[in-house]
Amino acid sequence: MTTPAIETIASTPAIETIGRRKPKIPYVLVVPAVLVIVLGAGYPLVWQIVTSFQEYGLSQQFGQAAPFVGLANYIELATNPELWAVVARSLAFCIITAFLTVGIGILLALLMANVGRVVRLILQVGLLLAWAMPVVAAMTVWIWLFDRRRGAINYMLDMIPGVDMNRFDWLATPWTFFLVAGIIVIWGAVPFVALSVYAALLQVSEEVMEAAQLDGANGWQRFWGIIGPMIQPVIAIVLLLNLIWDLRVFTQITLLKDAGSKSGDFDLLGTYIYKLGTSAQDFGMASAVSILVLGITVALSWFYVRRLLKDER
Amino acid sequence: MKRRAPRIILSIVAIVVTIAWIFPVYWMVNSAFIPTAVLDGFIPQFFPMNPTLSNFSGTLADGSFFSALGMSVAVTLTVVFFCIIFAFLAAVAISRFRFRGRLSFIIAILLIQMLPAEGLFIAQYKMIASVHLLDTVIGVSVIYIAAVVPFTIWMLRGFVAGIPADLEEAAMVDGLSRFQAFMRITFPLLAPGLVASGVYAFLQAWNEFTVALVLLPSEQFQTLPLWLRGFVQASATRATDWGQVMAASTLVAIPVIVFFLIVQGRLTSGLVSGAVKG
Repeated sequence: MTTPAIETIASTPAIETIGRRKPKIPYVLVVPAVLVIVLGAGYPLVWQIVTSFQEYGLSQQFGQAAPFVGLANYIELATNPELWAVVARSLAFCIITAFLTVGIGILLALLMANVGRVVRLILQVGLLLAWAMPVVAAMTVWIWLFDRRRGAINYMLDMIPGVDMNRFDWLATPWTFFLVAGIIVIWGAVPFVALSVYAALLQVSEEVMEAAQLDGANGWQRFWGIIGPMIQPVIAIVLLLNLIWDLRVFTQITLLKDAGSKSGDFDLLGTYIYKLGTSAQDFGMASAVSILVLGITVALSWFYVRRLLKDER
Repeated sequence: MKRRAPRIILSIVAIVVTIAWIFPVYWMVNSAFIPTAVLDGFIPQFFPMNPTLSNFSGTLADGSFFSALGMSVAVTLTVVFFCIIFAFLAAVAISRFRFRGRLSFIIAILLIQMLPAEGLFIAQYKMIASVHLLDTVIGVSVIYIAAVVPFTIWMLRGFVAGIPADLEEAAMVDGLSRFQAFMRITFPLLAPGLVASGVYAFLQAWNEFTVALVLLPSEQFQTLPLWLRGFVQASATRATDWGQVMAASTLVAIPVIVFFLIVQGRLTSGLVSGAVKG
């Protein structure tokens, strides 16, 4: 597959003469996109912010006016230990899975760079297949693999001498539940990290490495002194993306909860908001929690956007 | 200077990793071809000794797959069609023109494409319900297009920027109008970019679960991911028929895997483009 010159962001000169003469054209061109974004994301975003300052419960669902209650929803959230448990769990899950994903991804990228062509190709195809799996289909397979009675994982673990995993119910306690969720998320996200970091490794020039080798740098020194700094920008960006993605694991948690327990101990932010909105019908509170999620995401995304726009003028 | 022995060990490690990563995909296809009676036998079958299609026929029997497939195709085509047009126009604007607000626009789309569905779906539900578009292709498509178009613009922008404006100018010197020059010179060169963006939009719309769960509450209007979840749930009320569930998963996954392999390279470079340059 040929790589398009996506990297040459700033270098292509715009046709400024045209731009000066007919300044309306670019605005006309962006109108459809702006309209649909405002409609599908902008309006809901504003509604969400407004509603988070309102009391919007069951009676409002049936048409009563929603009174403004200032920060009441936020204060209720801040003093609600259940929410703090969900926030702490979500952040811990997000940070641990994101760092493990990136760590494993880097290791696999280095592995790719240090094996022969054929083995590398096999590894890349394997990673691509896993990456391509639709989340819902992947979830059903993993749930089947972890099935307590007939799952392949319990069967294989049980074959190890001294390990008794027969009928072990992975989804019954929060620790093992989130371990399984973490394994699934990491499995799905590592391919992107590994392939991106590998692409960055290819940019490290052969000559520099040879020069370092001649100067007596050992493998460890070459990694920290040359490769590390050169792939650092890519690592930063994939880490940010994974932190953002691992906050939104609604699909994975929902399907795991389908197979396991419905208890609130297994909720992360996404499923918690869904529960507030659907079973409790409390849109005011649900909106306030959503704003929290959006706030975290935007804060993380800001770094990402700054990275991407580094050479944008 | 190269040492041989570690390389063999590394190769073995690489193969083991590959097997670990492929295993769930293999297991899905494998289980889909094993008769339910055998799957129920407590000893996993690592290879379908007597492959059967009965799981597939069982899955497809009640016709709900085809109604979900129809819904998914309708939503996906709508999203792909409008995404490509809208994103193409906007990509031309931001890569061929310098205008006031351009940078703000780019920052806005990059931030918006990061917003999680989890943070917006309550409001989106409320909005779509208030205009009576729950359970419709239009309702869910509008939300999808808004979610997908930002990244498609970003992706296409790279392609447009990659085609030198000099080419168009040369054609204009030769007497073509600006519009003609664009349509005859730039547009054909953009075809791969349009395909890649289209496939990206396809994957997003086809796989989406969260928004669909909220906006398509009725069973007869479910898209494939919702159908698959419902299929597992319905099956779980009895003892789960894993053979059929895996056959259903395989049916949902295969088109995605094929299309994904087409655009994978571009997806990666779009997501990290600023960084790869270093």
